[in-house]
Amino acid sequence: MQQAATGADAAASPCAVHLADLTIAFRLADRSTFTAVRDASLSVADGEFVAIVGPTGCGKSTLLNAAAGLLVPATGTVEIFGAPLVGLNRTAGYLFQADALFPWKTSLENVAIGLEVAGTPRQEARDEAAAWLRRVGLGSFGDRYPHMLSGGQRKRVGLAQVLIRHPKILLMDEPFGPLDAQTRQIMGNLLLELWSADRKGVMFVTHDLEEAIALADRVVIMSAGPAARIIGDWTIPLARPREVAEIKLDKAFHDLHREIWAMLRDEVMKGYVQTGGLG
Amino acid sequence: MSRLTLLTLQILVAVVVIGLWQVLTSVPIFGTVLLPPFFFSRPLDVALRIVKWFADGTIWVHLWITLTESVLAFVIGSLGGGLVGFWFARKPLIAAVFDPYVKMINALPRVVLAPIFALWLGLGIWSKVALGVTLVFFVVFFNVYQGVKEVSPTVLANGRMLGMSERQLMRHVYWPSALSWMFSSLHTSVGFAVVGAVVGEYLGSAAGLGYLIQQAEGVFDVAGVFAGMVVLAAFVIVIDMLVSMVERRLLVWRPMAHDAHG
Ligand SMILES: Nc1ncnc2c1ncn2[C@@H]1O[C@H](COP(=O)(O)OP(=O)(O)O)[C@@H](O)[C@H]1O
Ligand SMILES: [Mg+2]
Repeated sequence: MQQAATGADAAASPCAVHLADLTIAFRLADRSTFTAVRDASLSVADGEFVAIVGPTGCGKSTLLNAAAGLLVPATGTVEIFGAPLVGLNRTAGYLFQADALFPWKTSLENVAIGLEVAGTPRQEARDEAAAWLRRVGLGSFGDRYPHMLSGGQRKRVGLAQVLIRHPKILLMDEPFGPLDAQTRQIMGNLLLELWSADRKGVMFVTHDLEEAIALADRVVIMSAGPAARIIGDWTIPLARPREVAEIKLDKAFHDLHREIWAMLRDEVMKGYVQTGGLG
Repeated sequence: MSRLTLLTLQILVAVVVIGLWQVLTSVPIFGTVLLPPFFFSRPLDVALRIVKWFADGTIWVHLWITLTESVLAFVIGSLGGGLVGFWFARKPLIAAVFDPYVKMINALPRVVLAPIFALWLGLGIWSKVALGVTLVFFVVFFNVYQGVKEVSPTVLANGRMLGMSERQLMRHVYWPSALSWMFSSLHTSVGFAVVGAVVGEYLGSAAGLGYLIQQAEGVFDVAGVFAGMVVLAAFVIVIDMLVSMVERRLLVWRPMAHDAHG
């Protein structure tokens, strides 16, 4: 953690995440290679909230995994606060698309574990975890196991689990994807509230353009895969603090949405054809 | 169907079967007794024999011996199978080297090992424990191996991103997953421990439920054989109930099919 920060001091104002000309390929079972992402470049400033939107299967998760250090790109560089990323990205917290809580731990233990493995005394870690559970509105759910929670509650626990470690970068992969519209709004507001209290660089992947515009400072559009690139980059000048449901009634929101959607629609159609509509 | 009706029907089955048995072995039908009591005994005789065993206390030593052997076989087999399973799953090279041998030994009907164990370890409890261990070991081994291999990649990646070292991943991710698989096979492995003990006793020993049955058989004491079987069945049911209790406690974190109904 400390190393990346020190290295960053050298540069003027280093980006939290800087992806330069990333190409990421997978080896398939028949020994051919599949290029998921080609020459993708993206910078996220410290404290900036960037949403990444693209058709399903275009390589959004792949891009996040590269920023997390879980995947090594074939070519291109990943820089974290100005320093090249080696191994796992220790400054980042990652909220995964699929269920990632430890099913054998209670919510409280799930949230506390990030501190415990870093050497915080158990009781202290648990107290801190209880405070975080209260912050995400689950104060009385500490002794429940993940299977006893609703989808939205699990995502809240996941959020607390990641944020308790105070990561300098937050990577979120369609975190509210499986939730219903109501819950998504509540979660969006919760996220904005937590993020404004302690601003960090955020890479927020979503397939929902409205959600992207409502939450982010910048919206980035990825082309349909394979060999997906970044084809659009919009600054969202909407004022903060925002209320996710209300901002969608704003005229400025509508203008932005129309403009970005015009581009995204073509890509969605392409992606739909290429994946056989299987998404 | 309500619980009461179910219970009534279940008891009815036992009453009918035992009643038929009693009638067919004691009442002549068309001049002959269909099931000669010499070969089939009578429920009443069996019951009296069981009562006698408990009344004069001769059964306890046999129960105790079988229990000891089963518990030892279970503990040793589980520890061994768990550790080796875990080790193999984390070291694919070792697993690949030993794979054909593991398959070979596992394919072997374990009963054929009983004489060897009797030869090596004598007729005391340890030859029976050894037989049980060879059964329990493989059940636990395969389950722990599977448990480590089947850890969700997302949960694993999450552990890494939360800053876990390899050792912490072992403790917080691999082990719990392996244990959950092992616990889910608890009934099977406990059952095998008992099978190993009883079969071993049956093939050569001086005490235990298997010995009791074998002795009765040797003198054509069919009532004794049936009485031994009934006590053995009750013994297994009690152990199985204990296992269920332990399982419920250990696997609280796992969704149960009946969760939704409360
Ligand atoms: N491990 C893998 N092996 C082969 N192909 C993969 C692998 N992971 C992802 N892909 C492919 O890479 C593309 C991008 O995947 P992903 O990043 O998960 O898309 P999404 O934008 O929906 O998150 C998809 O076409 C997917 O099939
Ligand atoms: Mg994805």
